[in-house]
Amino acid sequence: MSLLALRNLTKTFGGLVAVNNVTFDVAEGAIVGLIGPNGAGKTTVFNLITGNYKPDSGDIFFDGRTIKGLPTHRIVQQGIARTFQTIRLFQNMSVIENALAGCHCRMQSGMLSAMLRTPAQRAEEQRALLRATRELEFVGLADEHANLAKNLSYGNQRLLEIARALATDPRFIILDEPAGGMNDQETAALIDTIRAIRDRGITVLLIEHDMSLVMKVCEKLVVLEYGALLAEGVPAAIKDDPRVIEAYLGADTDD
Amino acid sequence: MTVSRTTSYAGIAVVVAVLPLLLDPYWTDVFVSIGLYSVLALSLNIILGQAGLFHMGHAAFYAVGAYVTAIANTMWGVPVLWAMPFAGLAAALFAMVVARPIIHLRGDYLLIVTIGIVEIVRIALINNVFGLTGGANGIFGISRPMLFGFKIAKPVHFYYLVWAYVACSILLFRRLENSRFGRALNYIKEDDTAAEGSGVNTASYKLWAFVLGAFWAGMTGTIYAAKMTIISPESFSFWESVVLFAIVILGGGSNRGVLLGAFLLIGLPEFFREFASARMLAFGLAMVVMMIFRPQGMLPPMPRFYKLPERIRCITGKGGDAAAQAGGGA
Repeated sequence: MSLLALRNLTKTFGGLVAVNNVTFDVAEGAIVGLIGPNGAGKTTVFNLITGNYKPDSGDIFFDGRTIKGLPTHRIVQQGIARTFQTIRLFQNMSVIENALAGCHCRMQSGMLSAMLRTPAQRAEEQRALLRATRELEFVGLADEHANLAKNLSYGNQRLLEIARALATDPRFIILDEPAGGMNDQETAALIDTIRAIRDRGITVLLIEHDMSLVMKVCEKLVVLEYGALLAEGVPAAIKDDPRVIEAYLGADTDD
Repeated sequence: MTVSRTTSYAGIAVVVAVLPLLLDPYWTDVFVSIGLYSVLALSLNIILGQAGLFHMGHAAFYAVGAYVTAIANTMWGVPVLWAMPFAGLAAALFAMVVARPIIHLRGDYLLIVTIGIVEIVRIALINNVFGLTGGANGIFGISRPMLFGFKIAKPVHFYYLVWAYVACSILLFRRLENSRFGRALNYIKEDDTAAEGSGVNTASYKLWAFVLGAFWAGMTGTIYAAKMTIISPESFSFWESVVLFAIVILGGGSNRGVLLGAFLLIGLPEFFREFASARMLAFGLAMVVMMIFRPQGMLPPMPRFYKLPERIRCITGKGGDAAAQAGGGA
């Protein structure tokens, strides 16, 4: 069954139709890639799913229920986590605190229990700390826990974003260009990490320009062009689809 | 948590405890002012230092607390210290109402609106709003606070009352900073969008930062009203808000920084009384130099320390490889 379903989603910015009548499904437990030329509206689709933008029309269903119009933090609470294309870590905070940010939505303690330092509050802090540490270990950043996020290498900052997203205990994770700025070695390790995320039972939707990564890791691809759905299918079929080749390489009509 | 922080607090506590023995009443009174400004700046620090919301209208909340205390005491005979929680609640409620519509504003836009709030409050007080505030003359005849049958009247009494209040505030705020709530405010300060994207209800936390800061400022207003026995709108001018703002920025956002800032901005000018107007020149110059050479403030907050739980290597990326590949190949 499909975990996420987009139905006739449309978003315009002034005269520009950024996302035009897009419909596709993401099956539970799958790794799906969203690809397309620059400016095709991929990140806009992500921002619509996560509630950063409100769609003009259409609907988004998560696990059978609409999430259209919910504020972002509520969508995160429902189990959709994301990373950002341009790294958005809490730069002046430590690595462990960045991971703890993800735990926030699974915690309850408020102002008063913190001031009184109740046993429940302290136990909850410990649980969150354990969860955050596990996620850092998962992406291989546990040894960096006390460093400031801004002092990490670019590749490690991307991994920390993934750890923060995983700490929200998601059912569905959205990765916006996770391999951006990574070298070949880091990209190879990232492929394993993405598969390990899926093996934890978390569905993955990713945008990526590195085609070798997309072809290796994704089970299904969705291709956007000018905001509209161009094709969808298994990677092998997409690779040979003449419409996709035309969108990426240009039409053969000039000569 | 670290040794240096605990020692520095212990040092400050000892100095504060013995100081009145060495001071004449005038200087004791100066230190009462430093204490009051410290608490006010500590409460502003939650909004400005922790959550990074540019709020320059803190005197408005302080005024609400002081006036609620004065009205309750002079009109209905409520003992001053009993009025304290109500003063706090009134200021918190006021903050909730005025901050709700402006909470989404960023940076300088928020700054301008909060300046508007403090001016509106001051002008409303001058115009004897609801016929309760006594206009430009204010309210006088506020009684002295009684604590367990002991009348607090002399500067030295107020000195210990105020600094005990400062100590309680620091203890509670420190706990708050090292919690889910405190971290959430820091996430908002660092990156609003990323905080929301990580599941933090940013609008709600910003509002709560305002409400808590206002609650504390309102309670501080009670002590101020009791100390002065007379309050008037001019005590809560825009300038007071600017001074509080400067204390937090100069201090750098940590609680110790706020104490240092309050001492420098409120205490130091008293040492240079004879230079009268020239001291404002020195003050301005110091601020300029500060912003150029140490823009993060004198004592920025130290990173929090976390004792990590026992490290369990069961779901690490490396260990998961084999399983991942098996899963991928299937």
